[in-house]
Amino acid sequence: MTTSIKTNDSQRVSIQKHDFNLGDEVALLEADNHEDGAVVTFSGRVRNKNLGLNVKGLYLEHYPGMTEKLLEKIVDDAKNRWQLGRITVIHRIGQLYLGEQIVFVGVTSKHRQDAFAAAEFIMDFLKVKAPFWKKELTEEGENWLDAKAVDENKAQQWN
Amino acid sequence: MIKVIFFAALREQLNCSELELNSENLSSVAKVKQALIEANPQWQPILKNVSLLSAVNHDMVGGESPVKSGDEVAFFPPVTGG
Repeated sequence: MTTSIKTNDSQRVSIQKHDFNLGDEVALLEADNHEDGAVVTFSGRVRNKNLGLNVKGLYLEHYPGMTEKLLEKIVDDAKNRWQLGRITVIHRIGQLYLGEQIVFVGVTSKHRQDAFAAAEFIMDFLKVKAPFWKKELTEEGENWLDAKAVDENKAQQWN
Repeated sequence: MIKVIFFAALREQLNCSELELNSENLSSVAKVKQALIEANPQWQPILKNVSLLSAVNHDMVGGESPVKSGDEVAFFPPVTGG
């Protein structure tokens, strides 16, 4: 079930429990879009190791309403910095298991530099600004993840 | 009234996801936090954690930010999405 979806001609932000299909998302970015020669996508997945623990899955919580607002703001900031065509941001919530997709960012632009930069910018700020929290389910137990200074430093580099 | 909500590890530590406070004399986020501690002294070490973040009506704000009746005040740990 989609908990939130906001769309206009050029951008889409979705917070959802269900999975997404990379091919479908790229097709949507490209459909009837003959202005943009570049399509850059990033997807993040649940991996098997973190901080020495054996990860079985993640539980993702968010702040409904504020999350969408923050993601729209990050997308708007990206559009103000680069010449972009279409932008899609998808973030899943709830229970996710090993190998499942968590997040998707797709950006189109006339040339590759803008799309590469904007996709990285959106992910960097999503990590440190959007109110999502991960609880890790490991073979050793459950624990809420701590924010990492390396992520904060990465986002600061854009200032 | 002011609606107060908690997320993630903080929600679990407090064993509380949301509550309402009478807004009288609660003019800032810091005063909301103080009122929560006065009503629940066992929450003091948890709510005094300096890394906690706060938002008023979905905008991230600092402790001195004003609040008024009808506002939604949220407290939560640093975010870890992506």
